[in-house]
Amino acid sequence: MSENQNYETHECDVLVIGAGGAGLRAAIEASAQGVSVALVCKSLLGKAHTVMAEGGIAAALANVDAEDNWKTHFRDTMLGGKMLNNWRMAQLHAQEAPLRVKELEHWGAVFDRTKDGKILQRAFGGHTYKRLCHVGDRTGLEMIRTLQDRGIHQGIDVYMECTITKLLKDGDRISGAFGYYREDGRYVLFQAKAVILATGGVGKSFSVTSNSWEYTGDGQALAYEAGADLIDMEFVQFHPTGMVWPPGVRGLLVTEGVRGEGGILRNTNGERFMFKYIPEANKKDFAETDEEAARWVEAAVNGQKTDARRPPELSTRDNVARSIYTEVKEGRGSEHGGVYLDISYQDPERVKKKLPSMYHQFKDLADVDITAQPMEVGPTMHYIMGGIRVDADTQASRVPGLFAAGECSGGMHGANRLGGNSLSDLLVFGQLAGAGAANYAKSLSSTPSVSNEQIKSAIDDLEEPFKADKNVNPFDLHKELNQIMSTYVGIFREEEDLRTGLEKLNQLKEKIKHASSSPNKIYNPGWHLCRDLQHMMISSEAITRGALNRKESRGAHSRLDYPATDPEYGKCNTSIFQQGDEMKVEMTPCPEMPCELKELFEKKH
Amino acid sequence: MPEATLKVFRSKGDTNTFETYKVPIEDGMVILDAIHYIQQHYAPDLAVRWNCKAAKCGSCSAEVNGKPSLMCKTRMDDFTTGEEITVEPLRTFPLVKDLVTDVSWNYQVNKKIPPFTTNDNGEWVIYQEDIERVQEFRKCIECFLCQDVCHVLRDHDRKDAFMGPRFLVRTAGLDMHPKDTLNRSKYVKEQGGIGLCNITKCCSEVCPEEIHITDNAIIPMKERVVDQFYDPVTMFLNKIFNNKKKLV
Ligand SMILES: Cc1cc2nc3c(=O)[nH]c(=O)nc-3n(C[C@H](O)[C@H](O)[C@H](O)COP(=O)(O)OP(=O)(O)OC[C@H]3O[C@@H](n4cnc5c(N)ncnc54)[C@H](O)[C@@H]3O)c2cc1C
Ligand code: SF4
Ligand code: SF4
Ligand code: FES
Repeated sequence: MSENQNYETHECDVLVIGAGGAGLRAAIEASAQGVSVALVCKSLLGKAHTVMAEGGIAAALANVDAEDNWKTHFRDTMLGGKMLNNWRMAQLHAQEAPLRVKELEHWGAVFDRTKDGKILQRAFGGHTYKRLCHVGDRTGLEMIRTLQDRGIHQGIDVYMECTITKLLKDGDRISGAFGYYREDGRYVLFQAKAVILATGGVGKSFSVTSNSWEYTGDGQALAYEAGADLIDMEFVQFHPTGMVWPPGVRGLLVTEGVRGEGGILRNTNGERFMFKYIPEANKKDFAETDEEAARWVEAAVNGQKTDARRPPELSTRDNVARSIYTEVKEGRGSEHGGVYLDISYQDPERVKKKLPSMYHQFKDLADVDITAQPMEVGPTMHYIMGGIRVDADTQASRVPGLFAAGECSGGMHGANRLGGNSLSDLLVFGQLAGAGAANYAKSLSSTPSVSNEQIKSAIDDLEEPFKADKNVNPFDLHKELNQIMSTYVGIFREEEDLRTGLEKLNQLKEKIKHASSSPNKIYNPGWHLCRDLQHMMISSEAITRGALNRKESRGAHSRLDYPATDPEYGKCNTSIFQQGDEMKVEMTPCPEMPCELKELFEKKH
Repeated sequence: MPEATLKVFRSKGDTNTFETYKVPIEDGMVILDAIHYIQQHYAPDLAVRWNCKAAKCGSCSAEVNGKPSLMCKTRMDDFTTGEEITVEPLRTFPLVKDLVTDVSWNYQVNKKIPPFTTNDNGEWVIYQEDIERVQEFRKCIECFLCQDVCHVLRDHDRKDAFMGPRFLVRTAGLDMHPKDTLNRSKYVKEQGGIGLCNITKCCSEVCPEEIHITDNAIIPMKERVVDQFYDPVTMFLNKIFNNKKKLV
């Protein structure tokens, strides 16, 4: 480390931005390949979003349902993503997830077990077989802790509570990144041959979300500004079951595990409404009566086989979210504007054992005992399928030296992500990104140089809010952004709304230039938010433009004015990139799937 | 709308004071909501850590009316109307600003613990009953409330000699893992300072994950240390630690 007047400097071969599952796995891999690695994160280590993941990690281990295999997992993923997924990513993901899960086990993760001592797997929406490896409902905690403890013993340098605000380039290539420490506002330069973005999602653009303050779309914005393209940003997943009451916890996630374990959705009339929302094409896979659904749950609870089909609550997330939204809109909602999710008919001890954190979450925060009463739930913004476009095998973006993995990258999940496919995505593509970046770094003969001009502009940008003429509270601006996105770019979309949304975003962009902060650099959230807002604006605009451009309904993207799925749009990914000062949208052809994989969709299954 | 009065610890340059704020109360509101309200309306520079808002990440630890708590789990209606609620940072760690403390020492301690080690590269068969206790320890969200409350660290500041309850739990979790091949009892005795714990159980009382820190982690380890160094091995301990191999 060398001291400069204005900032401290660190050098490394590979810089990983983000210490969730993807970033940690990438850092471990890059380091194992013998290059020097620095890892930065905005929160303390172990607090990234990954820690909150509940339900499980999808991998075709076939421990519970012996028929499972990677091909079925691949097929489920593509069908769930409405065939818009990058087929190669979906293939790698399905093939390698089992290896990555076993590796995690060998690094010390302690999964729940089957009776014969293997990793236990549970059912989730859209997965043909019981496929989600889990630890009660705290799977993400197990995963992040295991990776964290593996990582710190590998010589990775970790920089906590450090926010990157700009990527640096030497000509076309990446040369490092610049940012500040939250603790004292000290500036920091990382000189690096390669950078891996693993910064997660964009939920903080929406008012009702399961995401934390960290999800300001930094990676998407940093990549966009550095010249990478973002794909399919219009595909935003609204999870069907967020808490709706009390107000302070609105949006907080209720794991799909509740439905996986047999939770039933009802409207205020007591009707089990999901039966009527199963699309015609999928009806054959779902139970048609309460009795059949009950038999499936009974068998699942006891680890037995059954010919009963799965309950309708296990339809894909996009469908369940829209169904709940419709029930509420048509006046059949619960007291606080949601619907009821009920698991209280099961043995209370089992519920507490399988869903301990849900039990506590409702008891402590909503005074609801889920072993005795139904929960009130409604859709909450949860995940973004779109993100930085990468090469499937190396996770390289189109900017030399820039890689991306995890939620901030795009392609793997197409138009809708299946539950449990994110945690597996983190491990599979984290590993590939680590290897990809390490190889790239090794291939460079010289270290790219950093430009003082770029650094100066990064500093100026950060210090804008301290200027005397600034006068707007960033928290108010943030609220305004939330309102725009939730009102005009929500679950159901249409041309006029999207246009209004875009216009309002443009006006907000001007206001954000006046965001102000006290010049106190020591742990000052108001100051941090001023900068975060700029990142949020980029992904918000990209989501809106993508949504406007895709004149069809597919997966998580539902257009009231174009309710049908249009095969022509199914051939294209939406690509968003910067040209001059403008955001451009282009449709680019999806990569063509090879014949042997296509066959999987033709054969009767 | 009813109002609550919060006295929040604020750092102003080199001096620290309590600032009083009035916050409107909503149904089901928690302390963290009130802190956020203050941040949005009165003090944008109020420093506080949080992430999940659901007691899952262990970021929002503070002392509320003197009690080490997660702010996202502490309900406003736990306090009587009109009662002044004080919110302070964890006292055991150096102050950064307002409600944020420097907890980096914990990360240093963790890094020194001999990591998970195994020599079995095959398919693992492990039965649920053999990992119940390890899973209990692995519920830890690293909120460091137990570290904050433990008098060895809080009052006697023995960070030089004692790893604290969080890391005794962590070490126990490693040692009791059926596939781990190390025996860390020498480590917890010599580096971890397990002898400094006098089983007051304050740590277990504050643990938001309800981990039986003392009964299930510390006491069995203490007994094993005694065995290892002063006594022949007993059957019981042998069983829960599954005849451990390599002493480190
Ligand atoms: C409540 C909840 C439950 C979920 N449950 C499941 C589940 O059961 N199964 C499943 O498969 N998926 C689940 N998901 C989704 C999944 O958890 C996330 O998609 C996934 O964890 C994202 O991982 P990541 O590594 O991409 O990013 P994260 O884990 O979010 O990590 C992002 C990292 O980037 C850092 N960062 C961001 N911006 C910057 C910057 N500018 N500078 C420096 N660092 C930065 C952050 O500090 C953080 O360390 C759930 C999500 C939520 C919110
Ligand atoms: S039981 Fe031991 S570790 Fe826990 S608070 Fe008391 S002295 Fe500290
Ligand atoms: S053991 Fe409990 S109190 Fe201590 S850090 Fe872990 S969760 Fe917090
Ligand atoms: S915010 Fe995560 S524990 Fe309180």
